[in-house]
Amino acid sequence: MKETINGVRVLVGTRKGAFVLTSDGKRERWDVSGPHFAGWEIYHVKGSPVDPNRLYASQSSSWFGQLIQRSDDGGQTWAPVDNKFVYEGVPGTHQWYDGKPHPWEFKRVWHLEPSLTDPDTVYAGVEDAALFRTTDGGGSWQELEGLRGHGSGSRWQPGAGGMCLHTILLDPSAPGRIFIAISSAGAFRTDDAGETWKPINQGLKSEYIPDPDAEVGHCVHRIAMHPSRPGVLFMQKHWDVMRSDNAGDLWHEVSGNLPTDFGFVIDVHAHEPETIYVVPIKSDSLHFPPDGKLRVYRSRTGGNEWEALTKGLPQNDCYVNVLRDAMAVDSLDPCGVYFGTTGGQVYGSSNAGDSWTPIVRDLPAVLSVEVQALP
Amino acid sequence: MIRVVLPAHLRTLSRAGGEVTIDVEGPVTQRSILDALEARYPMLKGTLRDHVTQERRPFVRFFACEEDFSHEPPDTPLPEAVARGAEPFLIVGAIAGGCW
Repeated sequence: MKETINGVRVLVGTRKGAFVLTSDGKRERWDVSGPHFAGWEIYHVKGSPVDPNRLYASQSSSWFGQLIQRSDDGGQTWAPVDNKFVYEGVPGTHQWYDGKPHPWEFKRVWHLEPSLTDPDTVYAGVEDAALFRTTDGGGSWQELEGLRGHGSGSRWQPGAGGMCLHTILLDPSAPGRIFIAISSAGAFRTDDAGETWKPINQGLKSEYIPDPDAEVGHCVHRIAMHPSRPGVLFMQKHWDVMRSDNAGDLWHEVSGNLPTDFGFVIDVHAHEPETIYVVPIKSDSLHFPPDGKLRVYRSRTGGNEWEALTKGLPQNDCYVNVLRDAMAVDSLDPCGVYFGTTGGQVYGSSNAGDSWTPIVRDLPAVLSVEVQALP
Repeated sequence: MIRVVLPAHLRTLSRAGGEVTIDVEGPVTQRSILDALEARYPMLKGTLRDHVTQERRPFVRFFACEEDFSHEPPDTPLPEAVARGAEPFLIVGAIAGGCW
């Protein structure tokens, strides 16, 4: 039976609070609530796939550290849950920017990924890179220590934004399979629910590290999958857009005709597993769109052949960035695509990217965007 | 009865007023005040001092009687005026922001 969807809820994390944008199925008129947690950095807000009213938010500040907030009513009210993220055992060291050993230190939660089957189970990707899990709705957090302990941890180095575990993909067809990505260590996969991990970086080539084909050390910005085809992964790396057809065992480049293959976000159309989206960004140090034109690029062929999507997006004097967790797709038909910018705009498309409208224009810098389809 | 003034963000978090009162067993020190405060407002755990090391977070300051006690050892007795509730123990977010 086809699921009836009556609305969408876009969850926006910014440098100065969280915002919740809601609309009906037409996605033309939007209500904006927020800022929630005003003044705090909200790295990520995400809802449970099995209970849309169960939301989790990562709230942090330089002054007062990390908090995790939970809502049971779709973001109308929130309550803090446990915020104790303690590495298992002796934390050890990773490499610092100067190549010297540096103790593992918890800084913040970058990404929260609720379980596909249980609203009380959530995975948290943190800086310094590690994966934590709660199974009691945030009552306590435990590290899945096999990731840091698998052998290469002492060689991981931070990227410019810190050594963050920023991507967590749960395989709906194999409950024990999880993909994660770390800047700048690379991508990793577990097939036993987090007990053991293997780096999945073969085929990546990074000229900015001493060994461009190294097992670890690649600055992976984001990976994405379509839930109907979880063995196919797409990656936006520091440079290069990549694809794997065997769950990350081997990658090949699909940057094709992109104006630049640098960027942060990548996502997959909700109903077309070969349709993917990126936002090319000029780098290495500029980090704004090429030529001052904000363009989403869409490939309907799983990469290599890309078309610029510009209708409704600024095509001159635009110098914002789109950060790695700031794009999401909804499951309506046609598929909705959303992304947020460091200039505080959240753009939405209700026609799979053919045209765009700013839902809000003047938020604080957007760190993350998620979307829920509401029954 | 000890009077404690929280910074604005932690008043919002704890849903406490501008000034809270707590009872402290034994000597009145930074540690005993924070222990009592966290017992009453568990959501403040980790916001003022590290969960594990119990060290003060770098951008948190402790003032009382117009003096800065931030760098004092946590078990140093605080002024008698704080212990008898004549003066509040001020928890302050350092003026260190501005990057965003």
